[in-house]
Amino acid sequence: MATLPTSEDELIARFGPHPMYEPAGGFARRPAAERLVKTHCCFCGVQCGIQLKVADGHVIGFEPWEEFPVNRGKLCSKGVARYLQNDHPDRLLHPLRRTESGFRRASWDEALGLVVERIRSIQQRHGRDAFAVLGGASLTNEKAYLLGKLARIALRTANIDYNGRLCMVSAAAANKMAFGVDRAANPWSDIPLAKCVMLVGTNVGECFPILTDYVWRARDTGAKVVVVDPRLTPIARTADLFLPVKPGRDSALFAGILADLVRRGAIDREFIHAHTVGFEAVREAVAKYTPLHTEALTGVPAASIVRAAELWAEAPTSMLLHARGLEHHTKGVENVLSTINLVLATGRIGKPGCGYGTITGQGNGQGGREHGQRCNQLPGGRDIENPAHRAEVARFWGVTETELPRAGLSAVEIFDAIERGEIKGLLSLSINPMVSLPDAAKTRRALERLEFFGAIDFFLSETARHADVVLAGSLQEEDEGTITTGEGRVVRLRRSVEPPGDARVDWRILVELAARLGFADKFRYTCAEDLFRELCAASSGGPIDYGGMSYEKIEKNLGVFWPCPKPEHPGTPRLFEGGRFAHADGRARFHVVDYRPPAEDVDRDYPLFLTTGRVVSQYLSGNQTRRIGPLLDQAPEPYVEIHPQLAEALGIAAGQMVRLATRRGELRLPALLTRAIRPDTVFVPYHWAGRLSVNRITHRALDPISKIPEFKVCAVRVEAS
Amino acid sequence: MEFFLDPSRCIGCQACVRACAECDTHAGRPMIHLEYVDRALSPQTAPVVCMHCEDPTCAQVCPADAIKQTEDGVVMSALAERCIGCSNCVLACPFGVPRYVPERDQMMKCDLCYDRTSLGKMPMCATVCPSGALTYGPPEVIERLRRERSVRSFRFGAQEVRTHVGLMAPAGTAEIDVDVASFIAAEPEPMRKIA
Repeated sequence: MATLPTSEDELIARFGPHPMYEPAGGFARRPAAERLVKTHCCFCGVQCGIQLKVADGHVIGFEPWEEFPVNRGKLCSKGVARYLQNDHPDRLLHPLRRTESGFRRASWDEALGLVVERIRSIQQRHGRDAFAVLGGASLTNEKAYLLGKLARIALRTANIDYNGRLCMVSAAAANKMAFGVDRAANPWSDIPLAKCVMLVGTNVGECFPILTDYVWRARDTGAKVVVVDPRLTPIARTADLFLPVKPGRDSALFAGILADLVRRGAIDREFIHAHTVGFEAVREAVAKYTPLHTEALTGVPAASIVRAAELWAEAPTSMLLHARGLEHHTKGVENVLSTINLVLATGRIGKPGCGYGTITGQGNGQGGREHGQRCNQLPGGRDIENPAHRAEVARFWGVTETELPRAGLSAVEIFDAIERGEIKGLLSLSINPMVSLPDAAKTRRALERLEFFGAIDFFLSETARHADVVLAGSLQEEDEGTITTGEGRVVRLRRSVEPPGDARVDWRILVELAARLGFADKFRYTCAEDLFRELCAASSGGPIDYGGMSYEKIEKNLGVFWPCPKPEHPGTPRLFEGGRFAHADGRARFHVVDYRPPAEDVDRDYPLFLTTGRVVSQYLSGNQTRRIGPLLDQAPEPYVEIHPQLAEALGIAAGQMVRLATRRGELRLPALLTRAIRPDTVFVPYHWAGRLSVNRITHRALDPISKIPEFKVCAVRVEAS
Repeated sequence: MEFFLDPSRCIGCQACVRACAECDTHAGRPMIHLEYVDRALSPQTAPVVCMHCEDPTCAQVCPADAIKQTEDGVVMSALAERCIGCSNCVLACPFGVPRYVPERDQMMKCDLCYDRTSLGKMPMCATVCPSGALTYGPPEVIERLRRERSVRSFRFGAQEVRTHVGLMAPAGTAEIDVDVASFIAAEPEPMRKIA
């Protein structure tokens, strides 16, 4: 029974989202800061350094942290305003238990007791895997590791996954296939050294604002910037070459660019021969992607395709960076592999100013996917189906290999299994699938079928509203820990304040649950650093090796890049130097990618492409940023971007309400007319809930390998409303 | 140390606006303006800070002599005890910077974070700006790092305005002229008739 306990309006009145505009007590009574805490932003994967101003146990503002080398004091509006999530009226201050008509306060003993009783009861009746666990990629490494261990040791369920599944898993899978390891290959400091920067499906200016400066520092020294995107985003506005690819056609575009490089002999035969496997098959496969054929497939002019190859070939150094625009597809892995083929064929990797990487979208998008909160992975980036890896982790945790669950279902598949009635119980930590998963009606039906749902969160998210028990957890600034940024740098988060009221630090909640489930002996931690020490030891010898890291070392060096296997090891900012890759034979792999259309292409009934993404002032499902007044004012509600040519054809005026219809449902939004989008494509940002949620109409089709949903393209009909 | 403004680098994130609003002297009220140039055409946005003119128009037109310049050339908000709230400065500023704040009955504007810059720190907006649209630093460093050059001379018809803040423009631009009249070969006929 996980339907909403009372009306949405009543829930919103009590739990928000309410926008907060001033620190507690108002600006006028803001005291002077007693201390500044050097920590990091709680939002995207850049993890900017920031100092939080603290007075009398409250976070009251921020001060730039100019010594931190990645952002040197720079921040975006999210980082500047993030402190307003503190002392927030919506903040959960104690556990809640669902009643007939809403939620009532519960003691920790009652709440934790109920969670444990329901886990036991469901697992006894329906099997261990009938209880699932879902985490978030904003969690610290410590919490992500602990959640994975809790699921596998204390619940012994195979079904644990995380919201990185909605983020960059296509890149993770492709990186492992091509390079043998999953991490951005270069530190961001390589970007300004490149003479050609290719940005593919990455709205750098809005999603990773700080990296804009890196790209433009490259441009200042004469680098050419090439942007591939159906929309002219702020970074695309000043690109040397803009390739407005038709949604879902990226792999064809990259086959076309590579084919042109082959034709002009601009490939690095020496590098291919010495350091890679499989180029011949790729060379043959891309041959048919002539500029004209590629133009017909992608909607990008043949001359631009040739020019992209030319700019890439002429530059002595180059970086290729991509993000969700390339990855959120049913062929996300193939798309990523098609760009890696280009990088490998030209030998542009493993050198200063030469490289490649995905820009992870979530705060701990990198670290959150490394240490075992993924359904197919164990700590240290180990593979849960690899017998040697299983044995290593089982030994470390003191269990037999057979006790360790096998690979489980991915995040979207978990909801499908809930809807089918196979999974009966769910424990979640910082994930808001009611907003973030595609086809929200299906997500809701699944939540309503749950026998028991326990949620740990700091605000009552749209998903946690469905919970039977809500455990009041912690904000990022209320805990110690580490995050691994999008460039593979492990950085240190510092506690600024204690959790307010009766709320508790997340990892202490998990430890208490483990103890009540009878596993106190395997979960003995007195501080977050205990967890980090264990995580580092658990990762030791694995593909993702933190063995030589410590809090002290990270603080002293302002971050340490993995792999860092031994205490004396300095860390590894740049991977693959000297052409040494992580596969057993040291070689990178080419993969043949033949273009195939998206799962739902346009047709007569649904003739336009719908694509989704972010705006600069909001973050993910908006559970935090929709409660921060100035950030909400910057983007109060979603809209649909429509090209004036399309608007004229459809008889739609600027600002007019528009009806968007897909095979999942309908959505009504105001039209924002802009020439900065393909005329055959409309765009809606996804941060809002309920009737404003574009994920009510997005498509749930998954990439067969990465299981990422195809957020970036489905077919839509648009009408004046 | 000088302030440089390069709208072509602005990504519209509003970090400057939010950070400006954190200042305790005008908390919650940003002194920076940031607008889309033409949202329907492009995502181009442009931030506007006070240009800190050498001979500020706002001060010239102030009947109460409320707008003062520091010795180092920073133009301050109207003095609260002198400002009569007439908004002459708001109308006269060629860059559209000053705002009349009714709750205080006072004109307020960007003062280059005088509390920070007078201590050798950067203004808050230029510290946080993630894209280099707002920059504060030694001119020789900016010259070395950027291809654009800063311009401090603007012509609004007959009025020439020289500023302390530099506007980044393509190399070789000596002066920015924003009045079509300046580009016309001869005085148009109707004007001659009126004269």
